[in-house]
Amino acid sequence: MIALERRLEVSRFWLYATPVLAVGLTILSGAVMFAALGFDPLEALHAYFILPISDLYGLSELTVKATPLAMIAVGLALGFRGNVWNIGAEGQLILGAITGGGVALAFYGVEGPWLLPLMLLGGMVGGAFWAAIPAFLKVRFNANEILVSLMLTYVAGLLLVYLVTGPWKDPMGFGFPQSRLFHDSATLPTLFENSRMHIGFPIALFAVVVSWFVVSRTLIGFQIKVVGLTPPAAGYAGFSSSKVVWVTLLTTGALAGLAGVIEVSGPIGQLTPSISPGYGFTAIIVAFLGRLHPVGILLAALLMALSYIGGETAQIVMRLPLAVTGVFQGMLLFFLLASDVLAHYRIRFGSRRSEEG
Amino acid sequence: MTKLTRRSFSAMTLALGASAALPARAADPLKVGFIYVGPIGDHGWSYQHDQGRLAVEKAFGDKVETSYVESVPEGADAERVITQMVRSGHKLIFTTSFGYMNPTLKVAKMFPDVMFEHATGFMREKNMSTYAARFYEGRAVVGVLAGHMSKTNKVGYVASVPIPEVFRGINAFTVAARRINPAIEVTPIWIGEWYNPGKEADAAKALIDQGADILLQHTDSPAPVQTAAERGIWAVGQASDMERFGPEAHMTAIVDHWDPYYINRVQAALDGTWESTDTWGGLSTGMVNMSAFNKALPENVVAEAKAMEEAIIAGTSHPFMGPIKNQAGEVVVAEGATLSDGDLLGMNWYVEGVNGKVPG
Repeated sequence: MIALERRLEVSRFWLYATPVLAVGLTILSGAVMFAALGFDPLEALHAYFILPISDLYGLSELTVKATPLAMIAVGLALGFRGNVWNIGAEGQLILGAITGGGVALAFYGVEGPWLLPLMLLGGMVGGAFWAAIPAFLKVRFNANEILVSLMLTYVAGLLLVYLVTGPWKDPMGFGFPQSRLFHDSATLPTLFENSRMHIGFPIALFAVVVSWFVVSRTLIGFQIKVVGLTPPAAGYAGFSSSKVVWVTLLTTGALAGLAGVIEVSGPIGQLTPSISPGYGFTAIIVAFLGRLHPVGILLAALLMALSYIGGETAQIVMRLPLAVTGVFQGMLLFFLLASDVLAHYRIRFGSRRSEEG
Repeated sequence: MTKLTRRSFSAMTLALGASAALPARAADPLKVGFIYVGPIGDHGWSYQHDQGRLAVEKAFGDKVETSYVESVPEGADAERVITQMVRSGHKLIFTTSFGYMNPTLKVAKMFPDVMFEHATGFMREKNMSTYAARFYEGRAVVGVLAGHMSKTNKVGYVASVPIPEVFRGINAFTVAARRINPAIEVTPIWIGEWYNPGKEADAAKALIDQGADILLQHTDSPAPVQTAAERGIWAVGQASDMERFGPEAHMTAIVDHWDPYYINRVQAALDGTWESTDTWGGLSTGMVNMSAFNKALPENVVAEAKAMEEAIIAGTSHPFMGPIKNQAGEVVVAEGATLSDGDLLGMNWYVEGVNGKVPG
């Protein structure tokens, strides 16, 4: 029989090598899959992974797609380290878009350099407020934050639909459910001409750096880790787990809210019923793919963004089916989890000698 | 579409690298792109647009090359996909959902040499046309059937996103049905999405549980027709002929028929006569068709429905001919008057006989 046995010591090398290995195995299996589908595997892989980023425009689009993923995942990772499972970043993103976008609509037509910062702040407050609900219920009543935050996602989505079909509907929009287009002062400037790359990406990079600093150099970062790894030890040390719940949920919510307001004031430019293709959920995958490490998360966000954009390019230039995108993402996760298991456990064939010995 | 050879492929890579499409030579096929909001296997909206794409391929052979991207989210992603279409050399691009309006407009302004066609929107540019179909004309025909066939006087309506097109459908149906049977009441359930078979089926079940014996849908999957068939009530197919999903239940379907329009526009692009236009076709132009009526429907009922269809085609009848009352019972269209296209474009209210409040 085959048994898994926990390794006494996990090799640091393999801890960081497994994501790379998983990507390699995904590409290899992808090639086999393309060949089986009757496509030239090299051509298909080229269309999928190289073509979309073979010029500056493509790279700028990659940052546009990766920005919300990285920003949210950095926050989520902070919570995951502390055993705080915020699954509702999507809802916090939507609420940030609502509050930040609401600021833009409230000052519609008013020009001024103060408006954008106010909107970004509004988005962060909105997202943090939405995350404060599960934080409060967790600390006060020990309610499961996974369920509360997830359910609040649907509430946020319905609230957005209500607003854009009701009070915030564009009066000149023939009754279609969308707000006015934000005016110039409420629209994020792009960094280069003819590209959509906006200041969201530098902000995401900044969040990565700050998060790295918090995790590795501050007391609260240490407290989060200790509470996450060994709650009893944290208790002895006098670390408050409520504090960790509050800090991580509010930070995640604020970052998700920021991602939301950046989406609506940047690439979208207005409030519509569907502002996010599930960034808040995809960011969970990104956080784990990046090993909960800020730099890893940045790389994972870029890779995940590429897998979406590559899927579109492959559809256009090679007529690969859309399902390939999902299959790629699925294989990536599968190989990552599988190689993780092997990094943490060794496989034993035959009898369970270790127990007898 | 011919399969890309490695050479044309690397040429394309070069073109992309130089951030400009290759200058088209006379012999080059016209590249036509389509962007769909759902999967082409939805058997509804996106499926019918893809049928139009296939009709274009069939009609023009190697003079055109078509490609598509399916399930493109309405939001920040749409602009990227449209731009990618342009940058891979497509010269005529159809964006087939309302939510692509502002993204299409942005890209159209950036690439004045590329022709864009946006379905169901209201923004136009020198190089951006709009097109839509008067599906509500088909709803009036179906209303005649329902007016005769409902025993419980209750009709369920699986509605998608509250935009004028959907209100026009609900209202046109309700007006026609109540002219036959004034006791009919129509209850919409809004699912807030265009394609979600699970939610569509749930809404259908809830409506049937409330006593509906006829089910209409303005969503794209065949799930409501299947649910109606399981529960033994009547249903109406949406966008494409959905008979095979519930042969007993399927009264008829209001079919979107984009083929002639797409062929027409591609021809114009090939001839160099393409211009920005606004097209709103209906039963008379063939953009909307009724599929075969169910054999189990009484002959006189079918004859009456066909008479309605013909009257609309001939222009002697209009789905929004007065008198029409709103939910409060006030006459909003007087006897002998008809709602104008302008009024229809922004319709966001219910006529008398529809239950519930307008969402929002």
